[in-house]
Amino acid sequence: MSARNNILAKLRKANAYPMDLPRTEEYYQEMSPSWDNEIERLKHWAKCMRAVKTEIFWVRENNWEETLIQVAQQKNLKNMLVSKNTEHGKRATTALQAASLEVRNFEQKIDDWKDEFFAEVDAGFTSSLCGIAHTGTIMLTSSVAEPRSQSLVPPVHFCLFDTRKMYDTFYAAMQGEKLAADMPTNVILISGPSKTADIQLTLAFGAHGPRDLVVLAVLPEHINPADLEVAA
Amino acid sequence: MNTQVVHFHPRPETFKQNSQAALADKPLRKSLRTAMDMLMTKRKMVLSDEQELQMLRTLCEHVRQHALSKLPDLLVQLEENLTKRGVRVHWAETVEEAQQIIYGIMETHNGKLMVKGKSMVSEEIELNHYLESKGIRAVESDLGEFIVQMAGEKPTHIVMPAIHKTKEQVSELFHNNLGTELTDDVDKLTGFARAALRDIYRTADIGLSGVNFAVAETGTLCLVENEGNGRLSTTVPPVHIAITGIEKVVANLTDVVPLYSQLPRTAIGQPITTYFNMITGPRRSEELDGPQEMHLVLLDNGRSQAYGEEQMRRTLQCIRCGACMNHCPVYTRIGGAAYGTTYPGPIGEIISPHLMGLEKTRDLPTACSMCGACVEVCPVKIPITEQMARLREEAQRSPNENVNYPIKGQGASHSFGESIAWRIFNGSFGHTKAYRALGWFSTTFRALTPPWQLGWTENHVPLKPAEKTLQQMLAERKQNKQ
Repeated sequence: MSARNNILAKLRKANAYPMDLPRTEEYYQEMSPSWDNEIERLKHWAKCMRAVKTEIFWVRENNWEETLIQVAQQKNLKNMLVSKNTEHGKRATTALQAASLEVRNFEQKIDDWKDEFFAEVDAGFTSSLCGIAHTGTIMLTSSVAEPRSQSLVPPVHFCLFDTRKMYDTFYAAMQGEKLAADMPTNVILISGPSKTADIQLTLAFGAHGPRDLVVLAVLPEHINPADLEVAA
Repeated sequence: MNTQVVHFHPRPETFKQNSQAALADKPLRKSLRTAMDMLMTKRKMVLSDEQELQMLRTLCEHVRQHALSKLPDLLVQLEENLTKRGVRVHWAETVEEAQQIIYGIMETHNGKLMVKGKSMVSEEIELNHYLESKGIRAVESDLGEFIVQMAGEKPTHIVMPAIHKTKEQVSELFHNNLGTELTDDVDKLTGFARAALRDIYRTADIGLSGVNFAVAETGTLCLVENEGNGRLSTTVPPVHIAITGIEKVVANLTDVVPLYSQLPRTAIGQPITTYFNMITGPRRSEELDGPQEMHLVLLDNGRSQAYGEEQMRRTLQCIRCGACMNHCPVYTRIGGAAYGTTYPGPIGEIISPHLMGLEKTRDLPTACSMCGACVEVCPVKIPITEQMARLREEAQRSPNENVNYPIKGQGASHSFGESIAWRIFNGSFGHTKAYRALGWFSTTFRALTPPWQLGWTENHVPLKPAEKTLQQMLAERKQNKQ
């Protein structure tokens, strides 16, 4: 018999009694956090994100490129990895080029430009699928346009996040985005830049992945950015 | 860079001697005390809502028990869904089989360098050591694992492998092995490791990772981490091998939500980890990154023995958070190395006998004061002390006794004298006349109590029977009232 059959035979021999499904939905209906309004929820999300060194900039749909350029210049970035096949990627490209920042594209398979990618790319720019307020998280999915290493290998990760796509919890996000129905090859939840506390329990950022996480949080017109910074 | 694997480390057979040595190591005890106090405080802070905590523990227990109740079916479903997505699934009954499967994949790709994300199961199968014997270099990329590998040691904690090391010790290690400057600046030390390891991710032939949760419904492998080393190890090399124990499967994607909610909070008092990575297959034809080829190795190595019976099955509920260690008065004093096993502390004491047999691990379940701290903090409510008592019983049981669910190494601690002593105890306490006779004998001849009583009097005053039995005292009390 193969190892597979042996293992399965041993497990089946135990004749474990089947149990009911766990009541996860009931738990999250009862225990999910709630906020008085959208502003309080956003403030909570930002507080959690900033607690782990995420840089958040409140921006508008029509002018986020300005902030992208400002921050990139402050960080003395020479180039940025941007998708050329997405609407936001095209807008970022135009803005970066106007500001004389080099635009790089993920044009070939990672295997063909690994050395260059690791050595030369200063920052990666991606969009996000949604946010999770409770834990201060953004969720990204891999795609042909935005491969998973675009948010991983460069030392700085810029992420464009539409704050209208905010869920209260991971459970709500999973249900709302119907993840189980069609999982992409990679879904990543991110709460801050790479970090570690492995040396004498001392927190250090930039362990292996991005040292900086910059979120351009796009606000709808009815929310004033100033309201989000009061006691945030 | 010297990242050779450890060639010598304490064994569980010498647990008592290991413990004595650890107790005499003052810097180790200080490091452990400081770290465990901090972890306990942080956990308490992020789990301060008692109602939420207890409801979440109950839900997580249910999630794990539900998955275990359907384990064989879920494993088959997981295999089907992974295969559909292009992942090759391998089954290994033993450590040797798992080693050979992984080596076979390396060989097929003519691989000489492996970069490893954190994986306790790969520690369990001594993968680094095995690959080294085949001329393959395996480099740990989790910073803590990187440090202990460089030091030629085994991880001392399942979540924080290098918790016993000071920053000065790490600096010296890096200086000697990476040629970096001596510093006590943790940011700089982290930077040195980052620089060294990014070259490894870039040039590795194979990336290996563990699995925190495997989702049968979608064929998804979930990885929980802060550093990004897991993401890099599973994304950049052309081949990704994941290895996990067969018990890590859950039924549905939604099942991972409560488990993930508890894991970082219980483990290190952190509200959430930096990354939660959900991998569903290798890169698709049109995609530009991710591994071109992906494998999953499902390891049994004694887990099916634990699965065989309801009480022991609960051991497999574990989500490897390490909270039981952080709160254990024994682990806190001796650290993980003393156990000589991959999984130390309370969870190690109950899972290692299934993985390694009671012959090697018979002393581990005795390293427990039955205080129950581990049970109180366990996020999935494993009755660890009950398991511990059961394993002690199995170690004492006669090796020749026929039982329904034999444990490997049954009777490893069996002694004829102790067996007789327990029979006398059972006979005396189970029959009124015998019990009274024993009471009379003990009180009458109490002066003859020996001053030396085996191991007990090494640290305690001798036990001496009372002057009067309980019955005598009750009778006197009754008489005085009349």
